[in-house]
Amino acid sequence: MATPNKETVLEWYRQMVLIREFEEACQQLYNEKRITGVYLHLYSGHEAIGVAAVACMEVGRDHIITAYRDHGLALAIGVDPNKVMAEMMGRRDGTSGGKGGSMHLASREHNFWGGYAIVGGHLPLATGIALAEQYNGTGGVVISMIGDGATNNGYFHEALNMSGVWDLPNIWIIENNGYGMGTAVERAAGNPILHQRALGYGIKDLERVDGQDVFAMYEAVQAAVEHARAGYGSVLIEAITYRYRGHGVSDKQYDSKLREELEKWKREKDPITILRNRLEKKYKDIAKTLDAIDAEQKAVVERSIAFAEASPLPNTYEELFAHVYVES
Amino acid sequence: MAEMTLIQAITQAMDEELARDKRVFITGEDVGPRGGVFRATMGLFDKYGADRIVDSPLAELSIVAIGIGAAVAGLRPICEIQFADFIHPAFNQIVSEASKMYYRSNGQWNVPMVIRAPYGGGISGGLYHSQSVEAFFTHLPGLKVVIPSTPHDAKGLLKSAVRDPNPVMFFEPKKGYRAIKGDVPEGDYTVPIGPARIARVGTDVSVYAYGMMAHYATIAAEMVAQSDGIAAEVVDLRTLLPVDKEAILNSFKKTGKALIVYEDNLTMGYGAEVAAILANEGFEYMDAPVRRLAGPDVPGVPFSHDMQEFFMVNPHKIADAIRDLAAY
Repeated sequence: MATPNKETVLEWYRQMVLIREFEEACQQLYNEKRITGVYLHLYSGHEAIGVAAVACMEVGRDHIITAYRDHGLALAIGVDPNKVMAEMMGRRDGTSGGKGGSMHLASREHNFWGGYAIVGGHLPLATGIALAEQYNGTGGVVISMIGDGATNNGYFHEALNMSGVWDLPNIWIIENNGYGMGTAVERAAGNPILHQRALGYGIKDLERVDGQDVFAMYEAVQAAVEHARAGYGSVLIEAITYRYRGHGVSDKQYDSKLREELEKWKREKDPITILRNRLEKKYKDIAKTLDAIDAEQKAVVERSIAFAEASPLPNTYEELFAHVYVES
Repeated sequence: MAEMTLIQAITQAMDEELARDKRVFITGEDVGPRGGVFRATMGLFDKYGADRIVDSPLAELSIVAIGIGAAVAGLRPICEIQFADFIHPAFNQIVSEASKMYYRSNGQWNVPMVIRAPYGGGISGGLYHSQSVEAFFTHLPGLKVVIPSTPHDAKGLLKSAVRDPNPVMFFEPKKGYRAIKGDVPEGDYTVPIGPARIARVGTDVSVYAYGMMAHYATIAAEMVAQSDGIAAEVVDLRTLLPVDKEAILNSFKKTGKALIVYEDNLTMGYGAEVAAILANEGFEYMDAPVRRLAGPDVPGVPFSHDMQEFFMVNPHKIADAIRDLAAY
């Protein structure tokens, strides 16, 4: 397995900072009612997982699909932040012209099949996409993000079982942030060691991965991609992480115990801080470069907000009725 | 031109489409070597192999979901649900993903798939092998819903469904699989999805029906012609969604009297929509109350013979309803 070079790692850092800046801006815009609606699920805290997953893909050949916490993946894979922000605001220049909003980003050119708002509903779709890859013999793989909550419903079971039966090139990544909405994993799963589910489906699993360490994630996903691409079938990865902004922005559930837990994760396990410390330790005088990246990404997000707010709102009946059926 | 049964026409349509387009594949329970529960895929496994005639686990939600995933990724799946009664586990996939995919992606991708399911009662199948489920799906813009009543239409419509860029629900009247026979042209032809068919020309009463009930309505129309000299026009709706309003209204303009026949429970069934169209757009032609003849509002089709007969609409019941309406 090739060790990523400095340039690659700096790109990871850039993506992680972009995601964080974007998400924190979304929170602010939501507070100011410049992003409206009630559902906004932020990726802050999870950045290393999405960035590592995308880093292991051949973009354009491989596929990726996720649930509603989808902004981070869109940005990591290279969807224009302007379009992503425009979608947040329901604008005409958004990734789906304002039809989707926060939870339903998508980009065909990146094979980013989107965010899905029904818990687990996207998982068997990923099985189907993988079946198409196998059918066409393209060697492409399909990466699917799974919230820990989704591992307890039927979609997860059927999707992973079929990927096992047919040795499909699926890479299943559980983003275990400890809570399915407000319920702790231990209160929802008979066996809270979620990667052990793989045994029941005859697919490969790995030991739990530190989802805050982008290098550990990269190594795990890379191994999984190699396995799947070689035709050996699916792999289940369980990444341990933490969400910084609750289930969604309307989540006001934080009691003092949870606040303490959150502060501890931010203090000790922040994925961007971990990467930054590692880079500073390895490369002298890199702080300036990193600061410049930070400033650049802040500017990218500011530009995206200006772009989005200048984009018109879709407001015609023609747009309402566009794309109901493909006209043949 | 050869006479064949409804199910032979369906098999032939799939056979020809598999031969025509390598992207077409079939999946479902026992569709492979066993040829499907009703033998609709008989012989296709031997001809096209395990990669294209794919036996699935007994997992309906995934049968549909992998179809959606494979379709968005470029294949042309035909998903077989053994009985329409078993489609409910896949309901979310049809409602939330198949019908919405083109819309939510703002035209970035579409779902060219067919979901085939045998429906209907009168076969002593009891509660869970007799249901008519079409009204759940005709409520969903983005889907097309087709129900043939003749072998000619079954073959031609199924071919159109396979070639359609949209998701098509293709419900087959299983009681008619071997009971309904008719002439089917040799080789390739299609029947367009959309237009209804005038199954019998008449001037006194318009009878609107589809599937098994269109078959029965035609028999009933002959009965009342013989016995009472009533000229009933039978409109075989064939495509339930999109609705062929024009054909519905054109017949009504001639007759001013409408009998809508369907096997599903009366209340909120498909006939309610036909009645609403007539009330709204056909009011000035109306010579009698719009009547519906349908299954009673009980939760299922009972098993026991006499109870089942109470439930089922048959040619005699239709003939009585036509006589009653003609006399109004």
